[in-house]
Amino acid sequence: MFIFLLSFPPGKTRLAKWYMQFDDDEKQKLIEEVHAVVTVRDAKHTNFVEFRNFKIIYRRYAGLYFCICVDVTDNNLAYLEAIHNFVEVLNEYFHNVCELDLVFNFYKVYTVVDEMFLAGEIRETSQTKVLKQLLMLQSLE
Amino acid sequence: MPAVSKGDGMRGLAVFISDIRNCKSKEAEVKRINKELANIRSKFKGDKALDGYSKKKYVCKLLFIFLLGHDIDFGHMEAVNLLSSNKYTEKQIGYLFISVLVNSNSELIRLINNAIKNDLASRNPTFMNLALHCIANVGSREMAEAFASDIPRILVAGDTMDSVKQSAALCLLRLNRTSPDLVPMGEWTARVVHLLNDQHLGVVTAATSLITTLAQKSPDDFKTSVSLAVARLSRIVTSASIDLQDYTYYFVAAPWLSVKLLRLLQCYPPPEDASLRSRLTECLETILNKAQEPPKSKKVQHSNAKNAVLFEAIALIIHHDSEPNLLVRACNQLGQFLQHRETNLRYLALESMCTLASSEFSHEAVKTHIETVISALKTERDVSVRQRAVDLLYAMCDRSNSKQIVAEMLSYLETADYSIREEIVLKVAILAEKYAVDYTWYVDTILNLIRIAGDYVSEEVWYRVIQIVINRDDVQGYAAKTVFEALQAPACHENLVKVGGYILGEFGNLIAGDPRSSPLVQFNLLHSKFHLCSVPTRALLLSAYIKFINLFPEVKGTIQDVLRSDSQLRNADVELQQRAVEYLRLSCIASTDILATVLEEMPPFPERESSILAKLKKKKGSSKLPDMDDSRKNVNGNTEFVCKNNGVIYENQLLQIGLKSEYRQNLGRMYVFYGNKTSTQFQSFSTSVSTALQLNVQEKPVDPLIEAGAQVQQILNIECVSDFSDTPVLNIQFRYGGTLQNIAVKLPVMLNKFFQPTEMMSQDFFQRWKQLGAPQQEVQKIFKAKNQMDTDVTKAKLLGFGVALLDGVDPNPANFVGAGIIHTKTTQVGCLLRLEPNAQAQMYRLTLRTSKESVSQRLCELLSEQF
Repeated sequence: MFIFLLSFPPGKTRLAKWYMQFDDDEKQKLIEEVHAVVTVRDAKHTNFVEFRNFKIIYRRYAGLYFCICVDVTDNNLAYLEAIHNFVEVLNEYFHNVCELDLVFNFYKVYTVVDEMFLAGEIRETSQTKVLKQLLMLQSLE
Repeated sequence: MPAVSKGDGMRGLAVFISDIRNCKSKEAEVKRINKELANIRSKFKGDKALDGYSKKKYVCKLLFIFLLGHDIDFGHMEAVNLLSSNKYTEKQIGYLFISVLVNSNSELIRLINNAIKNDLASRNPTFMNLALHCIANVGSREMAEAFASDIPRILVAGDTMDSVKQSAALCLLRLNRTSPDLVPMGEWTARVVHLLNDQHLGVVTAATSLITTLAQKSPDDFKTSVSLAVARLSRIVTSASIDLQDYTYYFVAAPWLSVKLLRLLQCYPPPEDASLRSRLTECLETILNKAQEPPKSKKVQHSNAKNAVLFEAIALIIHHDSEPNLLVRACNQLGQFLQHRETNLRYLALESMCTLASSEFSHEAVKTHIETVISALKTERDVSVRQRAVDLLYAMCDRSNSKQIVAEMLSYLETADYSIREEIVLKVAILAEKYAVDYTWYVDTILNLIRIAGDYVSEEVWYRVIQIVINRDDVQGYAAKTVFEALQAPACHENLVKVGGYILGEFGNLIAGDPRSSPLVQFNLLHSKFHLCSVPTRALLLSAYIKFINLFPEVKGTIQDVLRSDSQLRNADVELQQRAVEYLRLSCIASTDILATVLEEMPPFPERESSILAKLKKKKGSSKLPDMDDSRKNVNGNTEFVCKNNGVIYENQLLQIGLKSEYRQNLGRMYVFYGNKTSTQFQSFSTSVSTALQLNVQEKPVDPLIEAGAQVQQILNIECVSDFSDTPVLNIQFRYGGTLQNIAVKLPVMLNKFFQPTEMMSQDFFQRWKQLGAPQQEVQKIFKAKNQMDTDVTKAKLLGFGVALLDGVDPNPANFVGAGIIHTKTTQVGCLLRLEPNAQAQMYRLTLRTSKESVSQRLCELLSEQF
């Protein structure tokens, strides 16, 4: 996996994790491009779209687009459900998560991401284990 | 405002974020931010040492401001300080800041690495994880140097907590990707493989990712992982749902781990051990069976998870390509998905079936779905799904269904998206050629391609149809008749005019007997398109006209009148003018025999591999990085450029380099054109020229970014200081899709470029010739002619070389005599030359006399290669 993106049209990025080296301007450009590619699609399209040398797996939840840029040989459905798994964890952790939760607790969202994804790979998939860990961390000073 | 969780209030942060969100304009936002930045700056500089909580709060605010898109140039020190706190929340913010705002200050790096070292040694799993995550997120070389040897140890130590092992495995993976030379795997391999047996499935997941990446680089070292992976997969697939409670997702057992294990197995061929192989086959069969069972849940998450495993299993079956039973079952399963109501599944099925089509075991099974695929082509609303359908039709095409498939693809082409037309054109052209039993069908298909999508029919395609028509007697008449009819259409594509012009020029005689396609009719038809065409096409038509003069003497007068007209003879384009003048002259002075010889029918082209296939590979390569190996064109030693100044000097699949140069006395200017042939931009494009001391080459800066399909120009200013023999080398470096490209090309700057032609009378010539009579001043070479010995060509080459050709100097009119001055900064060297051709022996004698030995040598060397 190369990029993990959480964005809201019109182009506000709520979270961006980069698993490959890019310059700051490249990052900005990539975000804009991914956003542009993904927001023109609708229900008749698939959840996958080819993009430069990668492919983007994405899903829309209310106003938010969750996008993952992966290698063309990666498993589309596995990453699609990885997104959903992540969203379910966020939902549980923030008690019916809404976009504002992600804005005000942005630094915690990074913790959730790092529990489930690391070095561009899936790290942990058990919601039970992830939530247990997050609650434990929450109790720490 | 949503409630912040207890434990780490940070009210100040929440208030700040609210303020920002309430700003009505961009200006207000910037104002609020600047106010906050000033506040934080003063707090950081203040006399009172800040407590941990405040530091954390301010660093967090800075991070928020940065993530909004504003630059932050302070706060790193404070963030690094937070790392040494013993409070988790403070450490976490510190690590987050330095991971997002990576700083290359060496002092900071040293402090960060120190903090990480302490946390790794702390035996506190929470702190260890923070440190490991930071290394995995940043992955810098300095971190790799500091920690690459520690992490494997942590990974395999018996007392490491599970969650730490997970992080360590993936951290190691990141370091291996960025600094593979620093990660010592040798002694740890066995124990890493053993992690596949771990009780904690999260650890197994992380370990599988690590092993898969390492196995791709050194498969032999990780061979032992195969049996463990199969065993693990088997246990998962046959488990009852209560066994893997934590890892069951919507009634599917450990789907992500299953996918990863199947991925790992794709690094290896089918197991040699029979029992292992049968265990794996059983596994795959179970997965295929499960797909047929009624679903345990209606939720899409359930079917996606189940199908993720299924598709990966099918990928493994295809990769092994060894069990016909499994391959056919896979094909049938995919066939069912082709008509599924979910677009995702139809897409994936088409994609997967494409690879199945090339396996001999399943090729026939794939073909049975042709109607469904054709229907998909017509009805799918997502263009990327239609594209997969096209790919699949191409892959399943063989002799039995080629006519049907080509017809369907042509019909699809009429309404296809412009972005994919060129690819479809190439594919149709390849299929039509490959499966043509009857070449009339091939000719029809290509002409149809031109009619439907002329703009996307690249040169390779129409060159090929001409090659084939030339090479096959049986289809020449049909081709002539068909292009003739096609040209009748009021609006035809220029490519059709090119093909038609060429074919009628060669084979128009085959249909000239019919009054409807008499020579005059043919000529008028072509000429009616003339003024609508671009220069290259008109040039081709002019050649067709002279061929007509040869074939059909009765239209000679008509054509000559056309050639004679001002619009031809005084045409602004040099090529057209030259052709018109020369063809006209040729038609006037050549006897019928000579004309017939000059314009003899084109001989068959040598059989060689179609360049269309190469072009298609290059196009498909836009989604994957193409093979870098073949260099399509690299002028060897630049011999081509000794007597000319413009052209393409280098070409590979990514980049084309052309140049145009002009010289005056000892100075030259070269315009270098870099063309990006791909659909991805080139980044960090830079060049450097290495040259001998006697030559000064000054490069003007070149754009570091070359957009896809774009061309940029670079100017090189050249000065010849003194005579030289080595050609300068242009080194080019750029980044393409994440890999660094390095190309070195010889620049065609040779001594003769600084020649100034000098006219002189024959007495002067002979006088100087005698003066340069010393042995070291003369260099002579006798050599065999490599090319046809043609007087005009030789003259042109000598002029291109830079000398003035002196007539009436040499008593033998067949010999060539030339003179010129080589200009360098330090001296000017007068040069005289004499070229004596011996047509009978097909040899030449070249004599160079100049006042400097090295110059005579070099010029002789350069010029002798040209003939």
